[in-house]
This record gives sequence, C-alpha cells and structure tokens, in this order.
Amino acid sequence: MAAARRLMAWACAALSSIGFAWGGDEPPFELVEAAPGFFVHVGRHEETSRANLGDIANIGFVVGERCVAVIDTGGSLAVGQALAAAVRRRTDRPVCYVINTHMHPDHVFGNAAFAGGGTRFVGAASLPEALAARAGHYEARLADALGDAAAGSRVVTPDLLVDDRLRLDLGGRTLVLQRWPTAHTNNDLTVFDEASGTLWLGDLLFEERIPSVDGSIKGWIEVDARLRELPVSRVVPGHGRIAPPWPATLDAQSRYLGRVVTRVREAIAAGKTLGETVDAADPADAKGWALADAYHRRNLTAAYAELEWE
Amino acid sequence: MLGPLLWILVCCFAASGSAFAGEDDAEANAVWRQLRAALFGARPIAVADEDTLALEAPARAADAAIVPIAVRSRLDPSAAHHVKTVWLVIDGNPSPVAATLHFGLESGRADVETRVRIEQYGFVRAIAELDDGSLYMATRFVKASGGCSAPAGKDPAAAAANLGRMRLKVDDAGGEWRRAQLMISHPNTSGLAMDQITRLYPKPHFVRQVTVQYRGRPVLVAEVGFSISENPSFRFMFRGEGGGELAAEVVDTDDRSFESRVPVTARADGI
Repeated sequence: MAAARRLMAWACAALSSIGFAWGGDEPPFELVEAAPGFFVHVGRHEETSRANLGDIANIGFVVGERCVAVIDTGGSLAVGQALAAAVRRRTDRPVCYVINTHMHPDHVFGNAAFAGGGTRFVGAASLPEALAARAGHYEARLADALGDAAAGSRVVTPDLLVDDRLRLDLGGRTLVLQRWPTAHTNNDLTVFDEASGTLWLGDLLFEERIPSVDGSIKGWIEVDARLRELPVSRVVPGHGRIAPPWPATLDAQSRYLGRVVTRVREAIAAGKTLGETVDAADPADAKGWALADAYHRRNLTAAYAELEWE
Repeated sequence: MLGPLLWILVCCFAASGSAFAGEDDAEANAVWRQLRAALFGARPIAVADEDTLALEAPARAADAAIVPIAVRSRLDPSAAHHVKTVWLVIDGNPSPVAATLHFGLESGRADVETRVRIEQYGFVRAIAELDDGSLYMATRFVKASGGCSAPAGKDPAAAAANLGRMRLKVDDAGGEWRRAQLMISHPNTSGLAMDQITRLYPKPHFVRQVTVQYRGRPVLVAEVGFSISENPSFRFMFRGEGGGELAAEVVDTDDRSFESRVPVTARADGI
C-alpha cells in the first residue's frame, strides 16, 4: 500500500507539471489534435505491463461549447488521470460524458478518474452485463500485471445506455453513437463527430496491432462490410495510427479475419481438431501484425469454437 | 445434484489452499496429494508408457478457457489388458477432477479429446485404471491462467437461445474403429465469476453426465464438471461394426437432459 501511495503521489506530482512521465526515460502523455477540438492519445502496441500502466489503447476527447465528451479512458486509473489532466489543460469546460466503446480493460479502467461529479458514463446497452460478469476477472488480471500500481483502477458501470443510436449534444457539437451487432465484442459502440466528419471506431478497427476476436469473427466481417459503406472522411481506430488510410486499413483487417475463417473452415472440413488446427497456425497469415505471437493462435481458437457449429 | 465425490473434491481443494508445486515436481503438488489419497488410497500408480496412456495438452494454451486436451490408449479393448476408466485431473482448478471417463467393450480404444478451462499454471494429469486394477498416470505441465474465473460466453443472448442444441457426427473414414464427435451447446457456467452489479455469484449450470451408446451398449460414460469448456465437445472412438444407431444423452446440473441419435451405416468392407 505504501508503494501504491507513493505511486499516486508521484503520478499527481507528474500530472501537475507539463504532462506526466511514466518513468525516467519514458515520453510524456502525448496528445494530438486530430481535428479542431478533437484530441487523441495513441496507445502503444504492447501487452499491459507495469512499465506502460495499461496505456495501450487509443483514448481521447471531443470539446463542445458547453462540455467535453471523453472517449475511452485507458487501462488504469493512472492513464485515466493523465487523460483528465490533459482535458483540463485544454479547456475548463466540464466532462459531461465518458463514452466506452466496449468492455475491454485497456479502454475502461481509467473511468474512475472521471467518476463523481455530474459525468455520465455511456455505453452499449449490453455493456453493463458484460462488465458485471468480467469485472472480477479483469481486476485480478490487472493486479497481476501492474501490482500496486493497479490500485484505484476499477470498473465504472455505464448509466446512459445505447440501444441502437444516441445523439449527445456537447453544445454546438453533436456526437452520434451507434451500437453494432456482435463483432469484436457483443458491446461495440462507435462515435461520429458531425463537426469534423471523424468516426471513432474503437476496436472495430485495428491498425498495426493484430485484431483480437472476443465476440464473433463472422459478425465482425459483416460489420466491416457495413463500416466500409459509411460516408466518413477520417477514422480513429482503437489501436493504430490516427486517420490511417481509409478504407485500405479496414480492408487489411477484413483480409486477416477472412483468412482466419478460411483456414479454420478448411481444417474443420478436413476433420482437424481444435488442437491440430491451432498447432498448424501459419505465421504468414498474421505477417506484419504487431503482437501476432500473442493473439493469432487465440483468434484461431475463437474462430474454431464459433465455426464448428456452422 | 452434484455427485458427492465432486463436493468432496471441491472441499478438499478449499482446505488445501493453493500451495502449487513448480514445473519440476508433479508428485509434490498439495492438491494432487490429497486427491490421490481420496481417489486411489495407497494403491501404486505407475508412470504410463505411450501405449498404455498418452496425454496431449499444449505447453502454453492459446486461450485458457478452451484448452484442447486428449487422452489416448493404444491398448486393444479385446486384448488381455485394456483401459476401463480414465480420470482427467487439473491440479490448479477449483474442482480439480475435470472428467471421469468410463469405457466399455464397444468403446474401441480409450481415446477421448475434449476442451477444458485452466485456472492457473500447473499440471494436467490423466490416470488410467486397467481391467486388472492397475493404475498408470501421464502428466503435462500447462501454462494457462484465468480460464475458470473468466465468464463463459462471448454472446450470452446467443448462448441462451442455443442451449441444449447438440451435434453428433461419425467420421466416414477409420480403420478398425470409427471416430465420432459429440458437441453440446451449453454455457457450462462455473458459478465462479461474480456479477458485479448484483454482487451475486450465478448458479453453477453445467453438463454433469454424458452417456454414449452404440446399438444400446455403452461406448462412453463420462462424469464431467465445469472444468469442461463452454459448449462441451468430446471426440471418441467406438467399435462401429455392422450398422446401428449411435445415441448420446447429456444431463446437466438442472437435471435437464438432451439427446441426439445418428444412424451408422455398415461400411462397404463389411466392418
């Protein structure tokens, strides 16, 4: 606990200065203004660790005339606090909404930095149940990865739910939230900023980092096809660069997911077991994706469990 | 509803804490020592040779909630010695006995593949009892964690809609024995993942018994627990002589039973 208090004190001290540093040689909390009043912090392509404190997903915020909407909060309270400090440096308007694009820990564990006060927490209608079932598991895994530095990171359940579509008025600026059928997870939500024509896709889009399937691979490929038709000028992925080439980035993701489906269907048709299918994983199928070693076999496993019921 | 043995094992685990042995010493594990005494007393257990019993498991699991595991014996069931029962034990799981598999003369070889949840790094072991009462054990160390405390299901709505759906498939190919796969759509909820909204643990709800018969004679009778993954799957062998019907019955902890039958045609070569 003493170490945790020291860490919090250190984090607060760091936050009150220019940005905050993760450690001696680490860069400060970088923020990019992707469009006027639309800020993004790009996460690293790493697994959550004590060194990165779960700063592995893209997070950010949109500033309206009346208030601010935060989109995802990072993988720990420390990351959420860094984001909250970044908001305060840019504007004195209050944070009226924290939007969670889905349930995964690297997107929601910074929520606690915005709790209390009048902030509403927004998510897909299926998000509370998904979080409730996983919170204990996610908190235990975070404690394994961060040790004392996980203190204070907790799940905050959304209290404003999106059944299909919801418009959030930030004062002179409207965000359109859209819920999607089961794809990356069963609680995926996108955020469209009408003012800048920017679509925040959350983990419905991975760039550079390998996509991870925690919903339905077939559903995801179908959602990809619908996303491709949207009239957007610029997208923000859940992992990867701001405004990557569109729709080329989406097509690359669809190709990878389609390749996994093809491989697994062929294996099932040939009578291969789950174990044989995963053991036969071809690294070429995941070539070029960061963290492929950690996730490609898992994706084959998830796809097999889904597709063997076809 | 649970077998008394299962509860004894759960209690046994609770009493033993989590003093887990390292990768180098399968015998020293505290859970295993208690289980061994409860299941087999002081009976000697030999290290299994590959013909008697092989255990297949990945050294590192791709997903701890769905780890493929296989037990295979090459002993011919009509030969002098054959496998009657195999216990599948996962030392680090809340309920360490994942499955008890009973084989009959119609079973063909004792050869079963399934998928399990693994809660923490540790040994997976298969113990075979032969018809003469002798015991043999194969062990594998598996690196996987969080498979039991993770909630079942990526899509609970879809899972609820499909509960009890079954698929029973027989491979056309095969030598002396035919191979079949039984799949059951079932959440196999462990009850160990607390709902943070209600602060309640969900009721355990899992498949507890699987019975497969060919032409009315037992092929595989399995007592299973929630260490078996969501949507349980079992691949097994049977002696598919002549034609007949392969029938599977599954019973869960709510005492709901589900059945599936498939006709097996005699092969062209008369087997």
